Amino acid sequence: MSDAPAPITPSAAMIRTLALVATICGILIVSAYQGTFDAVQANKKLALERAVFKVIPGAARVSEFWASPAGLQPAAGAASEGGVKLYAAYDPTGALKGIAAEGAAKGYADVVRVMYAYDPAKQAVTGLGVVSMRETPGIGDKIYTDQAFLKNFEALDVKLAADGKALAHAVKVVKHGTKQNPWEIDAIAGATVTTKAVGRGINESAQRLLPLLAPHLDTLKEGK
Amino acid sequence: MIPGQKNPTNMEEFLEGIWKQNPVFVMVLGMCPTLAVTVSAMNAVSMGLATTFVLVASCLLISLMRNIIPKEVRIATYILIIATFVTVVDYLIQAISLAVYDALGAFIQLIVVNCIILGRAEAHASKTPPVKAVINAVGMGLGFTIGLLALGGVREIFGAGKLFGFSLFGPDFQPWVVMVLPPGGFFVLGAWLLLFNWIDSRKAVKSPLPLGEG
Repeated sequence: MSDAPAPITPSAAMIRTLALVATICGILIVSAYQGTFDAVQANKKLALERAVFKVIPGAARVSEFWASPAGLQPAAGAASEGGVKLYAAYDPTGALKGIAAEGAAKGYADVVRVMYAYDPAKQAVTGLGVVSMRETPGIGDKIYTDQAFLKNFEALDVKLAADGKALAHAVKVVKHGTKQNPWEIDAIAGATVTTKAVGRGINESAQRLLPLLAPHLDTLKEGK
Repeated sequence: MIPGQKNPTNMEEFLEGIWKQNPVFVMVLGMCPTLAVTVSAMNAVSMGLATTFVLVASCLLISLMRNIIPKEVRIATYILIIATFVTVVDYLIQAISLAVYDALGAFIQLIVVNCIILGRAEAHASKTPPVKAVINAVGMGLGFTIGLLALGGVREIFGAGKLFGFSLFGPDFQPWVVMVLPPGGFFVLGAWLLLFNWIDSRKAVKSPLPLGEG
């Protein structure tokens, strides 16, 4: 910086430069968005399929639906009000293989989002996968590495009550080693907060989704 | 650049960021992504390349426009240009890999406030012709990537027993979990800085002539 006062730039020049830069930037952003749109959508679809296939082995195709008091709608457009999203997985012959849905609850560090598989014939949760979490490595990540914990989700009972408005027994996380009923989840010792979040996430999601889903299971079985 | 210094050659411009002015080990700039995302070598390389892209693209554009940007609005212009390229890189990473995008999280958007980039724009690109500005930016970007990789590699090896996802020690390895937690970032960075300063001080002892930078 020199001591002599620098000549003052006229405002018009500043506005002109900023306008020019803003135009260039706008064009760049729009072309990046347009250019990557298809690839991003394809990636998102692939990631979803991978997450669903992980909890429902043997599935070959996934369709998204919204379940709401008004019935089931294919999730093509916007979110339907009060609806719960579900993923119907079909095997190569087109038969319904299972239903997957997401649950989420606050864990130790952040929200733990899980994907669970629901088997309508057994009325049970039959698989668990983690969608996203930021729990402590080595502790909270046991929810997807601990085989004994994952055994809880081979046949976790989520039968509907007689009136069909809620689960007969809420899914509950119990202290490590005290699981007695098929609707209980045996917590991981040392990772109680994270395991409780998994249980709460599944319970809240199943309590909302399953009563809405039960009357329309046949629609899903027909495929499409 | 230091006033009175001779015009640096292209090679000097390139090497400045990799060794003499390495953003991580010498200037200690951009510590937020350096410490936060380097839990694995893959994350470190992705973050380094994303930053390099933003750095090179914005330095090129700023250098091309250096004569028409009035100095009163230069910072606003730089930030606008940098933010644009960060948005572009954000879309590109989503298109390439969602797994990487999720792993890096908010730190992709935070490249906007990475002081290496604004620092290069203000101190170098705004005063240098495009070719030299780009060469210097590539060097700085690679220097940053190497710095991140040095941290990410060490942390992944100790904290997970892997490198780029490949298991190194077999299933019996008991990972040193603290290395992939935040404190591990500080430990490893401290160890690297110690090593680099030690090398520097040995060099200074061997060549008692005053170095250019004093």
